[in-house]
Amino acid sequence: MNGWGTHEVSVRFGARQALDRVSITALPGQVTAVVGADGAGKTTLLRCIAGALAPGAGTVRRPQARRIGYLPPGAGVYEDLSVAENLRFRSASYGVPAPVAQRHIGEYLERTGLAAAQDRLAGQLSGGMLRKLGVVAALLPEPELLVLDEPTTGVDPVSRADLWWLIASAAAGGAAVLMSTTYTDEAARAARVLVLDSGRTLAEGTPAEIVAAIPGTIAVRPERPEAQDERRRSWRRAGAWRVWQPAAGPGHPDTVTPDLQDAVCVAALHRELEAAHA
Amino acid sequence: MRAMIVKEFRQLRRDRRTLAMMIVMPVLLLVILGYAASFDVSRVPTVVAGPGSAAVAKALPETFQLAGTYQAETAGGQAPEAWARDQLRDGHAAVAIVTGTAAGPLVLIDGTQLFDAQKTLQELSALGGGTATTASLAGTASVQILYNPELKTSYIMIPGLAGVILVFVGTVITSLGVVRERQAGTLEQLAVMPLRPADVFLGKIIPYFVVALADLAIVVAVGVAVFGVPFAGSAAVFALGALLFVFVTLGLGVLISSVSQTQGQAIQLAVMTLLPQVLLSGLIFPLSSIVIGVRWIAYLLPLTYFTEISRGVMLRAQPITSLWPPFVYLALLGAVVATLATLRFRAFLAPGTGR
Repeated sequence: MNGWGTHEVSVRFGARQALDRVSITALPGQVTAVVGADGAGKTTLLRCIAGALAPGAGTVRRPQARRIGYLPPGAGVYEDLSVAENLRFRSASYGVPAPVAQRHIGEYLERTGLAAAQDRLAGQLSGGMLRKLGVVAALLPEPELLVLDEPTTGVDPVSRADLWWLIASAAAGGAAVLMSTTYTDEAARAARVLVLDSGRTLAEGTPAEIVAAIPGTIAVRPERPEAQDERRRSWRRAGAWRVWQPAAGPGHPDTVTPDLQDAVCVAALHRELEAAHA
Repeated sequence: MRAMIVKEFRQLRRDRRTLAMMIVMPVLLLVILGYAASFDVSRVPTVVAGPGSAAVAKALPETFQLAGTYQAETAGGQAPEAWARDQLRDGHAAVAIVTGTAAGPLVLIDGTQLFDAQKTLQELSALGGGTATTASLAGTASVQILYNPELKTSYIMIPGLAGVILVFVGTVITSLGVVRERQAGTLEQLAVMPLRPADVFLGKIIPYFVVALADLAIVVAVGVAVFGVPFAGSAAVFALGALLFVFVTLGLGVLISSVSQTQGQAIQLAVMTLLPQVLLSGLIFPLSSIVIGVRWIAYLLPLTYFTEISRGVMLRAQPITSLWPPFVYLALLGAVVATLATLRFRAFLAPGTGR
């Protein structure tokens, strides 16, 4: 099979099933996103793929360590080293020749607005700057597989744009990018999306496929619905309420065209209802 | 305030290691150190050389424990006095009595065995009331204190303190190195990077190795320059001992680091290895006065051997030909500690398993 990823990977921490037969493929030249709430298993999945965790069952396809760039949850940089020192250490550890590394470091720092902070200690950076530093560090080995654990969490909108530029250009350069995020609008920009919920695959495919696959329709209401069963199928979004109508046909005046965020909510509700029936 | 107390107890109960350390360690340390803490010397290892040495040996009070006699000059053999001096230099005895010299009997005392030397001087002055042999010994003998004629404490402390400082740098500071990566979350990054465990291990150790050796050079230089401690022996033998010793202490530091979850735990463990070494290694209390049931612990501690080497080389110019046993023991300890540390380190860097 082409690309990197997992096949039916399961991970158990004590009594807790962190991942349950999860498969994902990250293709070269594409961004693949893993979406899910906190505790859904995103980090565990990425750790397996990056090689930081050996799964209890299933197989992982990854290039050799030298060809993987990994941004762990904690940025993976030394707080008592400066920005530039961290980056030099990382590229030297991956065997990148110093002149090449120096050029790339300069470019990335310029592009991410970190150039002015390059002599500051990583521990003194703001949360967003630290994420940017972590992503730049992961990019330095020019990896075939780039694994980014929530690269944009806690990052301001301008920096998010910088990061997206970095991530997109890595993919354009041929890298297979696998990133996790809690933001569905961000996942919607990815070529493929895996939606995780409590360690299980909720949905998988292109954003359009995932949206198209949701059963029924979604209605917008100004108030939260009164009926108990409708209440259970409703969620708040953008100052109004959305209600999933599993069986309602098209043509309702208040239905909206769903996006990925709606699709993820529906998929989660769908599973809940199925579990309740079973 | 009650809420605060309850919270504190909860946290304490969760951190069992600290709790154990607070309750078990003081008791254990008190018992061990209580048996070790003794300056009293009851027996002084003694050799007698020269004509009639057997008779002199027999007449000696029991404080002087006979470690050997040397009868007389044989063809091509050593002169009795030279033999006696070698015995002291090589640490076989703390006192040597040489008979048959022109100026009357000669008592040589090893000044690096501070407590043995003091005990000997005390006993010699009391000898007058003994048998005729001993009375004549006491009356006519000339006493010579070797290596540390003024019986200065600094002479014997500084070679040993050099070792304590190495233990501090080696064990306490190294023990933070690995656990810091675990706490900062960079260990995960290291684990996925294309580095071999041996690269990471050596990369972590070598800087401390350099610092520890530089430290040692400074301590020895200051000891010699400021406190006037002699450096009588071979610098090469001393350096070899220091290398072995630093290797053991750094290995111990990594071992401690790899079994600790937090820097606090690492420090606690490291201090626990530091304290017994300071008190049991012969640095402060003479090894011979430590109760045998506790003394065996001293022989598991690297500082015991380093103190032996540094005192022997610096003060008595002891050659490696008689100093090899501590080198062998240090090398053995080094092999054991390094093996354990590397094994732990490998497991530390290998990906965790989620079953």
